[in-house]
Order: sequence, then structure tokens, then C-alpha cells
Amino acid sequence: MSDSESPAAQPRLRVFLVDDHAMFRAGVRAELGVHVDVIGEAATVPEAITAIAAERPDVVLLDVHMPDGGGRAVLDAIRRTHPAVKFLALSVSDAAEDVIGLIRAGARGYVTKTISPDELAAAIRRVAEGDAVFSPRLAGFVLDAFASRPDATVADPELDQLTNREREVLRLLARGYAYKEIAKELYISIKTVETHVSNVLRKLQMSNRYELSRWAADRRLV
Amino acid sequence: MVTTTAYTPLRRSRSDRMVAGVAAGIAQHVRVPPTFIRIAFLALLAAHGLGAVLYAIYWAVLKDEDTEGRVHRDFARIVPFAVLGVGVVVIMIMASGADGISLAAGWLVALVVVGAGLIWHQAEPSRVTRFGRVLTDRRPTFVLSLIGGGILVSVGVIGLATVYYPGSRGPSLSVVALSALFAVIALAGVGVVAAPALWRTATALRAEKEGRIREQERAELAAMIHDQVLHTLALIQRNSADPATVTRLARGQERSLRNWLYKPMGSASEFFGAAVEEAAAEVEDTYAIAVETVVVGDREVDERTRALVAATREALVNAARHAKVATISLYAEVEPDEISVFVRDRGAGFDMSTIDDNRHGVRGSIVGRMRRHGGRADIRSEPGEGTEVRLHLPVGPVKEVTAT
Repeated sequence: MSDSESPAAQPRLRVFLVDDHAMFRAGVRAELGVHVDVIGEAATVPEAITAIAAERPDVVLLDVHMPDGGGRAVLDAIRRTHPAVKFLALSVSDAAEDVIGLIRAGARGYVTKTISPDELAAAIRRVAEGDAVFSPRLAGFVLDAFASRPDATVADPELDQLTNREREVLRLLARGYAYKEIAKELYISIKTVETHVSNVLRKLQMSNRYELSRWAADRRLV
Repeated sequence: MVTTTAYTPLRRSRSDRMVAGVAAGIAQHVRVPPTFIRIAFLALLAAHGLGAVLYAIYWAVLKDEDTEGRVHRDFARIVPFAVLGVGVVVIMIMASGADGISLAAGWLVALVVVGAGLIWHQAEPSRVTRFGRVLTDRRPTFVLSLIGGGILVSVGVIGLATVYYPGSRGPSLSVVALSALFAVIALAGVGVVAAPALWRTATALRAEKEGRIREQERAELAAMIHDQVLHTLALIQRNSADPATVTRLARGQERSLRNWLYKPMGSASEFFGAAVEEAAAEVEDTYAIAVETVVVGDREVDERTRALVAATREALVNAARHAKVATISLYAEVEPDEISVFVRDRGAGFDMSTIDDNRHGVRGSIVGRMRRHGGRADIRSEPGEGTEVRLHLPVGPVKEVTAT
């Protein structure tokens, strides 16, 4: 269906790890080694900013909670100077304000640290190709934030509302469906699923809906 | 003397001091020779001791210059000023003649002010913590002593006034009233002198209070870590040979930490979302399995939604028992007119045609229960593909919506 499912056909991705837990970095490095090239790792924010600017990896796996400003500080610094570097947020946290905050700062996806190595590798590939990666919980947050409440004011319908199709895709994601399964369920191609998810990501980053601003503001992330 | 072009803050000088460095400090600040300032103070001494009072006030209010170590003063240099000062006082007594007694009273007041200045001077930031503790720990005592001291000072001043005006044959009322007024003025003066020190004390107190709140929060966190996390870690070490138990322990601890950190959620007996999460937690604990729970929206629990939670629980138990997987996905969405729940696993699956006879749990607890409460349950499964249970319950509008 799509050649994005066959990693062997493409050059190996260059991935950079940012996490202040050495044990976790070592684990991810070992697990990902067969799928991608882990070209470097950093344990602190300044270290990460310097190394990422020098190495220019395809994808940065970014821990949300770190001393000195956390993943958000790295995102802000690198996205100004190297917009081509893509970020996948990786965290143990499931708090809405952390997840939404990182996405709004420019990360292209969010997965929790309990993700399986194969799923993580697939998520990295997807992010590298410019698509978005939503964990079930992130999909739930987005559905919650974009819920059509009677009292919700809609300033920009293009950005502040989800289409029915996008809602359906998000529901299936929240139910634990993989992209392939969503495509089958909705009788659309995987590429179309990816487009829907990317559109949702764009709305998530650009919309000024009250719920999104509130979640992000709870941790002073906007 | 060093002349600096930069602005010199008004401080008491330590390097060039004669008595307390007030004159030298002012001289550095306005950039004139210190001798002029000293002579000015001595001249003001002639005005009923005003020079001494001013000096004491400056001493109490101004901070020390930041010089390291102790600088010895040159006593020989004080002699001419001391002689000059005594001369001024003697001339003043001779010139004023009969006023000598009231002059002595003026000096007494000056001494009192100097004393007050001395006391407040002790309350500099370095010593203010100890002072602040006295204030907070024994506040009633402090207030009492303050009031008592005030009364003593007032009585003293009134008494002094009546003693010094014996001409009116015994204490007359007007003299007492006048003295009381002056006593109040004297107290206000002491207050003005004390204000900066009081302000400093209040600031230090506030900082100390904030520190104590932080300390309390830390203690609370430490207690939680000790009661829960360390206990779980100990259990994990003891059960390290049994992966299922380790997973269950880790999972349970993770859930409780998450709840503690992120969501002070409503109770399971009141809200649907909390009830669903509680059911998932029970299944996780019982079957050592992970339930990825996502709940969107929420509403209050009633009899029918409770039935939906029970059916959800049954679906989770079935998946945990039969699917042979490590993770189950649970998604619940509350919409204005319907609640939907999806329980999905990627496990063994089964042939739908065999379920009617063998799986009482599915037929009775899930399908039947949903039907009895006006909902429906669809079960999709294929061998090797996993299973999904879909529960739908139509609901009436929530109370807030009916009100409009």
C-alpha cells in the first residue's frame, strides 16, 4: 500500500536522544539500534542544544521533564535556528498541560515511555516523514479540547473545530487502533489517515481555543 | 580623602569614623570635608541638644559601610571635637541660665532616643532572624511588653513633667494633659526612628514564613514517597522472580503517583470517568495487565451509567483472562446524548459462532445487562485478530442542559 512500511527501502534515520535518565537512554539506544542510527545523546538542556545544532539529526527524541526548562527549552532554541529538525516528545507524564504544551511548542508527536520498541521506531519514521504521531491519550485530550460544547466560542472555524472525519480518526486512535487498522475501518488509504492526523496537529498548534490555552498555561508553556 | 565621581550611597563610614561614622558618611555622600559636618552637628547641639538627637537618629537609620574587618578609630582626633562639644554645652547653660533645668530634661530625652536607637540598631538583618523568631513564637508576650513599655514611658514622662513644674502646687489637670500629649509625641518619635528596623523585621519574617511553607510541602512529599514508593520498591525486590507480580506492583504504584501528581479527580461514586478508571485499575491489579484508559468528557453517575461501568469491567476481565496480551485499550466517550465505551485487545480472539454457549460472562454480563438498561453491546472478534467490545448507552441530557 505505502512504502513507508518497509524501512529497508530507505536510508537509516539519524536520531538524537535527549533525556536526563542515563538508564532510559541506554535502554532506548539498545532497542532502537536495529531500526535507526542513534547518533548522539544529551542529558541536559545546554548540552542538547549544542549537540543538536552540530549534528543536525533527522529526529530528536525529547524528554518533557528535565532541569533548566525541560524539553520546551530545547524545542524553543533549536526550532529558531534549525527548523528542519523534527521532534518527537517522549515522557512518562500523561498530564494534559505537558502534552498539549509540547505539541504547541512544535513537537510533531507525543508518545509515552511505555511504548514498545517497534512502535517507537515506527513513530520516529512517521515523524521524520513529516507526519504526526498521536498516542491514544493525546487523541483523547484533543477530542476533549475540541469537544463541541454549546458555550464554546469559535473564533476561527477552520482552526477551532475538527471535521467529522478527523474526529472519527481520533476516536479510533484513542481506541488503540493503528493507522493501518483505521484505514481499513474507514475504507480510506493510510496516506489519508496520515493527512487527517497532520491536519489535527496543525489545528492543535495554531488554534486559540480556550481549552488549549488553558492547558498550556497551567504550566506556563505558552 | 578619596574623591569618587560615582554616587556614594548614604552609609555610616567605618574607615573615617569618630563616634559612629555618621558625620563622615554624610560627608562622603554630599562630598564635603567631614569636619564641616562635625562642626554642624556641634553647632546644632546648642539648639537644646538637637545635634545629639539628630546624630542618634542617623545612627539608628543608616546602614554600615561594607568594609571588612574592624577599623580602629584614632582617639587623638576626637579630643578637639570633644572639647568643642563640652564648650558648646557650657556656653549654652551659661547663656540660658534659668532654662538650665529644662535643658537637662532635653538631654534626658536625647538619651532616651539614643537608647531606643541603640535597641533598634541591634535589629540589623544579620540578627533579625533571631529577633523575628521572638516576634512570631511569643507574639502575645511581645505585644504585652510593648504596651507595658509604652505605659511606663508615658507615666515616666508625665511624672517628669509634674516634678519639673512644682510651681503649680501639686499636679494640675492641664499639666497632666499636656504631658500626656508630649508623651504620645515622644512615642511617635520613637516609632519613626524604629520604622526602618520594623520594616526590615517584617520582610525577614515574610521570607521565613515562605521558607516554612516550602519545608512543609517537602515533608508531605517525603512522607508520600516513604509510605508508597519505598514500600512498593521493597516489595518489587522481594518478588523479583515473579514478573507478573512485579508488573502489577509497578503498575499500581504508577497509577497512584499519577493520581497524586496530576488529577485530583472526583470520586468514583459520583463521576462516570472516575468510575471507569477505578474499574480499569481493579482489573490491572487483579490480572497484572496494563489497561490504557482514555476517557473523554464526563458526567454524574446514575443507575444506568453504573450498569455501563459494570459491563465495561466485565469486558476488561474477559480480555484480561482470555486474550493473553499485556495491554488492553479502553476508550470511553461521554457525549450529550450517548455514552460509548470501547474495550479492545489484540489478543487471541475467538470465533463468534461459539460464544453463545460457552461464554456466559459475555452474554449475561455484557449483552444482557446493556439491553436491560436500554443500551446495546456489539462484540467483534476474529481468531488471531483480537477482540473489541463496543458498548453504547443512550442518555438523557445532563441537568445543566435541561435548565436552559
